[in-house]
Amino acid sequence: MTRFMRSAFVVVALITATTCIAHAEKLIVSVSNHRVTVTPNYSGEELVLFGSVERDAKSLPDHTDYDIVVTVSGPRADMVTRRKERKLGIWVNTDSREFIQVPAYLGIFSNRPIDAIAPTDVQRRQQLGLDNILLPQKIGHDVANIVASDPFRFAFTRLRSENGLYREQSGAVTFLTPTLFRTGIPLPAEVPIGAYNVDIKLLASGVLVAKTETAFEIVKVGFEQFIANSARQHGLLYGLATALMALMTGWLASVVFRRD
Amino acid sequence: MTRVAAYSIAARGVSASRANPKRTRVQLFLPIADIPVNIFLILAMGAAVGFVSGMFGIGGGFLMTPLLIFIGISPGVAVASVSSHIAASSFSGALSYWRRRAIDPALAAVLLGGGIVGTVFGVWLFTLLRKVGQLDLMIALSYVVLLSGVGGLMFWEGARAIVRARRGEIPPTRRARAQGWILGLPIKMRFKRSKIYLSIIPIAGVGLIIGFLGAIMGIGGGFLLVPIMIYVLRIPTATVIGTSMVLTLVTMMVATVLHASTNHLVDAVLALVLMVGGVIGAQFGARAGQKIRSEHLRLLLGLLILSVGIRFAIQLVVSPDELYSIREVGSGI
Repeated sequence: MTRFMRSAFVVVALITATTCIAHAEKLIVSVSNHRVTVTPNYSGEELVLFGSVERDAKSLPDHTDYDIVVTVSGPRADMVTRRKERKLGIWVNTDSREFIQVPAYLGIFSNRPIDAIAPTDVQRRQQLGLDNILLPQKIGHDVANIVASDPFRFAFTRLRSENGLYREQSGAVTFLTPTLFRTGIPLPAEVPIGAYNVDIKLLASGVLVAKTETAFEIVKVGFEQFIANSARQHGLLYGLATALMALMTGWLASVVFRRD
Repeated sequence: MTRVAAYSIAARGVSASRANPKRTRVQLFLPIADIPVNIFLILAMGAAVGFVSGMFGIGGGFLMTPLLIFIGISPGVAVASVSSHIAASSFSGALSYWRRRAIDPALAAVLLGGGIVGTVFGVWLFTLLRKVGQLDLMIALSYVVLLSGVGGLMFWEGARAIVRARRGEIPPTRRARAQGWILGLPIKMRFKRSKIYLSIIPIAGVGLIIGFLGAIMGIGGGFLLVPIMIYVLRIPTATVIGTSMVLTLVTMMVATVLHASTNHLVDAVLALVLMVGGVIGAQFGARAGQKIRSEHLRLLLGLLILSVGIRFAIQLVVSPDELYSIREVGSGI
């Protein structure tokens, strides 16, 4: 399986290399904020990504229409998807699939539908769109990517989308001039903290022309984050503190409302 | 390090708040439950449950945990956080019973011996069930079985007492001593303040069961423990409620610490808001409770417990809107 993955990567790398050599476009991008701080009353935010297509003598002719696909992937984690089934009259979690190191946030933004931008083989090779992103599953002792129509994968992306954590927006990228573009990256209130990778691909007539990467980071600050951190890192101490807090509250109540 | 984030799908409360993207100041972000909630909703729930618990002299965990689950907090977080909320309310209750010398320390110690063992075992099972993905089901099932059973019994008993009172019959006098087989058990001990002489085996056993159920279901168990102590163990009523509160207090404290250190599911912010609402509501509930006759009180409590049990049963049987659920597991494999 690793050999397969490696060879797949080599193929992808070769293809990107060859396509990039053929053209001389260069992408220059920047996000509006490289460090998003999530405060307790954070209710979602939109990051803005600006980019420009730099051209030179070897570039495609002036009238070429460019397409942009921006893929934002959040911190990776293992996730289990479970399915309920009716057993003896009640609904029970029966079957489950484990997704290995999948992004907790995934945003795919393009200037028009992915299907219109590139043919399916390019989509798959370049991992364009929610259906073509690698979401490896654990199958027995092996790890492999499953087709988008797999019910567990479909349910997984659907649920993440309902939570606003996975999204595919064709039309989010707008070209201000033929070479200058921008897109919003919506980050919902439940956005996971960690390092985010932004992958920008420039395509012309279904062929990858250039690509670049940038990154940003989401950090939570404030009292809530302090609590969450201490709960995870110092569980015992946190538990003792909570128990003590309960005793204090109970004692205060008995003093304040004393009736005897 | 395990990141605990469960995306409960049947979360109506959450999706409702998400529908309104502009979050107002009344929204409170729960750090462990990982969702924003309306602070007044939680306070009101705390107060309402506090009112009921003050009225009936119970902890109210069996109402609080389901309410939290119904507004979209994951069952695990609800159970773990409510345990600290119950610890607070039972501590304030236990203090006032202690002042009135209505707590039997020896009896409490024997109950606790079993209770702590039960709690440790309960948290262990809780962790195991969470790992295999059956925790939510087990919580729901335990609620259905226990609450329908106990609620049904209480309702029946209360209704019978009322009918009897209407007909002008005299209620049958209760036997003053414990049931025969319980009296026959060895290792007897004299409990001075309760004025009974009883084997420690059934007492520790009851403590064990209550501690175990409390850790799994997020209930103090007062609504179970008090009837068992009065009707099965025949302990005089004077010391029963105070002593049961001591058991509740200690088992819930142990459960809080264990849940926090093993599952990292205790939400201190949620617990604090619940506590504040709860202690205020309890004061008004206690006053209201004094105005209602005891058999009516039992009937009402039975009805309440029964309806929570039925609510869980419906949830289990009715086809869910969403068959799939996602849970994040440890970042390492």
